Amino acid sequence: MFDHLHTIKIENMPFTIAEKILAAKSGLKEVHAGELVTARPDKVMSHDNAGLVIRHFRTIGAARVFDPKRIIIPLDHRAPAESERTATAHKSIREFVAEQNIENFYDIREGICHQVMVENGHVRPGELILGTDSHTTSYGCLAAASTGIGATEMAAVWATGELWLRVPETIRIEVNGVLRPNVTPKDLALFLLGELTARGADYKSVEYYGATIDSMPVSGRFTLCNMSMEMGAKFGIVPYDRETARYLEGRIDDEYTVFSTDPHAEYTARRVFDVSDLTPQIAKPHRVDNVVPLAEAAGIKVDQVVIGSCTNGRIDDLRAAAGILRDRKVSTKVRLLIVPGSRSIYLQAIREGLMETFIEAGAVILNPGCGPCLGAHQGILAPGERCLATTNRNFKGRMGSTEAEVYLSSPVVAAEAAIIGEIPELAS
Amino acid sequence: MAGDTLRGRVFKYGDSVDTDVIIPARYCTGYHPEELAPHCLEDLDATFAERVHPGDIIVAGNNFGCGSSRENAPIAIKGAGISCVIAKSFARIFFRNSINIGLPILIAPEAVEGIEDGDEIEVDPSRGIISNLSRSGSWRAALLPPEVQEIIEVGGLVEYVRTRLSR
Repeated sequence: MFDHLHTIKIENMPFTIAEKILAAKSGLKEVHAGELVTARPDKVMSHDNAGLVIRHFRTIGAARVFDPKRIIIPLDHRAPAESERTATAHKSIREFVAEQNIENFYDIREGICHQVMVENGHVRPGELILGTDSHTTSYGCLAAASTGIGATEMAAVWATGELWLRVPETIRIEVNGVLRPNVTPKDLALFLLGELTARGADYKSVEYYGATIDSMPVSGRFTLCNMSMEMGAKFGIVPYDRETARYLEGRIDDEYTVFSTDPHAEYTARRVFDVSDLTPQIAKPHRVDNVVPLAEAAGIKVDQVVIGSCTNGRIDDLRAAAGILRDRKVSTKVRLLIVPGSRSIYLQAIREGLMETFIEAGAVILNPGCGPCLGAHQGILAPGERCLATTNRNFKGRMGSTEAEVYLSSPVVAAEAAIIGEIPELAS
Repeated sequence: MAGDTLRGRVFKYGDSVDTDVIIPARYCTGYHPEELAPHCLEDLDATFAERVHPGDIIVAGNNFGCGSSRENAPIAIKGAGISCVIAKSFARIFFRNSINIGLPILIAPEAVEGIEDGDEIEVDPSRGIISNLSRSGSWRAALLPPEVQEIIEVGGLVEYVRTRLSR
């Protein structure tokens, strides 16, 4: 096999997870950062924008999708339809999934696409998954390489089953230390975003390591990989471990391949953080990397608080919020909107009595979906209003008026803010 | 489009122009260039849509197009008549979407430093050459890989795949 020295040297070259997964999905023995490959994704996901993908697919002129089993379509962005145009788009998607025998179609009842993907066994370690949503990076919480693409290129994938991708360089982030009480994975995600900036990981794969990550449940890793996109990352990956296996038990029954980065693999950057003293973090308007410790934003009045989204709409986020809101009242000057991430999370929250706590406190419960996060409906802000949200973006005009402001925080901070009507100063 | 020289007036913006200001979600139920164009950049530069002329060029700082994967963003820019976007760097999904819908984009940090708002510039996208006609300065942008250049040259990914499937 190793018939000359050159081959031996190449065979021994260390590779990153991104390089290994992209090599496997491109049918190549090895690929290197910077190369372009034509890869065949294991799964592809589109939400409401499947309507636009379908239009491009028709223009391409292909009769059938490459593999209906590999296509997953959850409706979540404008669900239930907020306008006649969206209703028409949703209708065209329902007709298309019937025509093409796409079984993994989740109508508006199910929840946010990324949560639905992870919960329902559509994400497995070592897979390459493409989605027409920027936060597709979330599936790295289960050691998959996943990233967002556009609607036109998704139509090309539906037609051919493949797409060109650049093999990314990899940044290694190691996080050590036990997070203090009231400090959550979202605070860590915001802190890292502040440190690396909104373009600190542009085109890169980010791998997360360290004791803090090892002891973090999949839900928290989801938040980290989700927010990796806000650093510009192509992939955000927490390597496979016992926690990954624990989460997957009962969700998937077939085998999967685990890829790990070789010792001495080449990282484009290495960052090490000790977060033992980390305090809750806030991203101030209008940039996601405009991050400050909570104390520096304390006292700022808020008109609306949103707890939910693909970033923080999981059961432990709702538990944390309910823990703060139990037997207390939301300020009469604040609208508190709670958006569970999925139908199963919603049901679980009801069974645990969390919804009773929220409603008694004075919250408004929205159906699982993207809701106010992207400013399409359900909680639009007026000029001069301010919102504290557990979502992922605070861009100008994101949640309605361009003269409104969005601050980002953890569910703990958001719940306390809803009660006192301003960004709190939490004891930790 | 290969070989065509573009010439236009510059609209210059800073770093991290996100897709929410390029085309806000409230307009994203639409996808036709002509319905998106009147709202292009309205949350960043309210008079952009009325001042822009066909062929004009956007010059911006780092991380242009960050945020959502919405393809409506490059469609709105192209629909507004912008012939080319030159930036210090692009966010990755915007970069891909622009290629796939056939909006020429160039990465040229030095050129961005040497071009001011309102300048008249000339761009040869296939060779990556940028010249400032209002003040001295000429730069060469990094060329895209040939595989990607091929997609742009046939007019975008839909046309590229159509051609391939009909072979």
